[in-house]
Amino acid sequence: MEPVTQIDGRAYPFGVKNVDTDMIIAAEWLKTISRVGLGKGAFAALRADPANVFDDPAYAGSPILIAGDNFGCGSSREHAAWALADMGVKAVIAPSFSDIFSGNAFKNGILTVVLPQEQVYRLMEVARTDTIHIDLAEQMVTTPFQDRMPFDIDPFRKQCLMGGLDEVGLTMARGEAISGYEMRRMQAEPWLVPVAA
Amino acid sequence: MALFNYRNVGARGTGMTEARTLYDKIWDAHVVEQRDDGTALIYIDRHLVHEVTSPQAFEGLRLAGRPVRRPELTLAVPDHNVPTTARVDADGKRIPIADPESAQQLAALERNAPEFGIRYIDATAPEQGIVHVVGPEQGFTLPGLTLVCGDSHTAAHGALGALAFGIGTSEVEHVLATQTLLLKKSKSMEVRVEGDLGFGVSAKDVILAIIGRIGTAGGTGHVIEYRGTTFDAMSVEGRLTVSNMSIEAGARAGVFAPDEATFAYIKGRPMAPQGADWDKAVAYWKTLRTDDGARFDRTVHLDATQIAPNVTWGTSPEDVVPITGSVPDPDSFEDASKRAAARTALDYMGLSSGQRMQDVGVQHIFIGSCTNSRIEDLRAAAAILRGRHIAGGIKQALVVPGSGLVKRQAEAEGLDRIFVEAGFEWREPGCSACLGMNPDKVPAGESCASTSNRNFMGRQGPGARTHLVSPAMAAAAAVTGRLTDVRELATRD
Repeated sequence: MEPVTQIDGRAYPFGVKNVDTDMIIAAEWLKTISRVGLGKGAFAALRADPANVFDDPAYAGSPILIAGDNFGCGSSREHAAWALADMGVKAVIAPSFSDIFSGNAFKNGILTVVLPQEQVYRLMEVARTDTIHIDLAEQMVTTPFQDRMPFDIDPFRKQCLMGGLDEVGLTMARGEAISGYEMRRMQAEPWLVPVAA
Repeated sequence: MALFNYRNVGARGTGMTEARTLYDKIWDAHVVEQRDDGTALIYIDRHLVHEVTSPQAFEGLRLAGRPVRRPELTLAVPDHNVPTTARVDADGKRIPIADPESAQQLAALERNAPEFGIRYIDATAPEQGIVHVVGPEQGFTLPGLTLVCGDSHTAAHGALGALAFGIGTSEVEHVLATQTLLLKKSKSMEVRVEGDLGFGVSAKDVILAIIGRIGTAGGTGHVIEYRGTTFDAMSVEGRLTVSNMSIEAGARAGVFAPDEATFAYIKGRPMAPQGADWDKAVAYWKTLRTDDGARFDRTVHLDATQIAPNVTWGTSPEDVVPITGSVPDPDSFEDASKRAAARTALDYMGLSSGQRMQDVGVQHIFIGSCTNSRIEDLRAAAAILRGRHIAGGIKQALVVPGSGLVKRQAEAEGLDRIFVEAGFEWREPGCSACLGMNPDKVPAGESCASTSNRNFMGRQGPGARTHLVSPAMAAAAAVTGRLTDVRELATRD
């Protein structure tokens, strides 16, 4: 996964509360064989409204999504995180997130930033005209107007994101330990490898 | 700075002198590294892959340029989407799958398996079948191993003494790339059943009784160990039916200590150890028993002699009553949310409280699924159907063997003729009408006596009404066109 250090750019001033994963990506997309391409199906129901922020050319390709309280609630479908990643979203800022969604987002290299509601409102305002900057190392959201908003993040997740380590990559870094274990097991239990058919 | 502090294997509090459960023993043997935050890196010995939950995992590997760490420990077989009608035409040519999305998921697996060096059983191969039937049948599933699959019914493999559980797509990718998972240890639960099963009572009735007793959340956060004289006397195929539905009791895994019946079942299977390895393996497997004095976090006892042939009345696998019973009154439940759920369920099922279960008519019969599609299941159903015919009200009666090998065995025994003469359709192996992903579905508003594992709303098709039963009970319902006490039709030996 690509390391995340600085995220800089326009942001979708979305702000809707209690957005569930069905709204992010509908069930009809679950029969896909791919985790890319889901951006096309993202927020499909909301996009029926011609005034939606996702189809506004001013925000096209924004790396940041500003959302409302309890973002990503509902089903555990990882397709929701895949859809956002496919849209090019690298960070979501909201007053709160569902646990499952933020876990899935993290597994897919998307930073979830929790800020107080007033600061989220302020960012919504800035986002309409200007860019927003997120510095993960400093744990700080800034704007061109000298706004400085510190945020908390789990140290483990921070290091994984900054190192570009997904969980798979992280475990792969323990490859020697795994190999050592395999050798011990293979000696004690030679039937560990199934007989070739 | 290191991300975590790791401790060496064996340096943990659980010493060899402490009395351990079977689950403790398998867990301890698979800890690659223990982390200070309570999670452990657990080695995965066997990985079964099917077409629905694997495509994104393979794509993830491709995008990151990662290989499968130990492809020889993985076995891929399509089952969920495959139609159960003929797969090759008269010239032996493959018949294409009509549904484009199903065809695409199958084509993806067919492409991914060889690309990553994984053994693949094609939909037209004689060994093809439901992953949870194929694993034990091929000797891929062995005692003492950890086994995972992107499917919640992976719990089935616990019948052979493996620690087996379902995983999500990201975890599928994690296992493919690293052959491990980061896990927190579950609590342990003993389900002890003692006594002889009555006439006409099967393994399915036992697990339905257990789920009816502890509920669908009863085993949440636990690994179940099934113990007691009832299970000691049960065949390995019966145990597969029991552990299969552990997940319906909320438990991610359910295990049986391997015994002589287990060893006899495994010996000589294609992927099982042979020669000196076999002897060494059996010697090790014999140590896989819960020590005397080992503690379970929770224990449940059932008296096998009190278990009748069971049926479900509602839309949750915990909605269990004996066939001699009636549809319950929703107001009889203490819990308010259960009362509401029962009312919704009765409305969906088209039933009214107080109605005798034996008066409930059915229009569809499904004998199959990873729960009940093995040779013993087909024999039990055929014993009821021999010389009989399905009732006039039955619109469709399907029998779907769990694998091509089960199908051949049944044909060698003449069971297919009994089914066909009785009015059943004799199909090709797959998940079939257990879930609405392939053409086998139950129409809205119609009822099915089904040997599968889930009676959720819409599970067998939108609006379909499912009654979970054993194979013999499904056969009995086919003969009468209503839910029926198999003991009225069966003959005692």
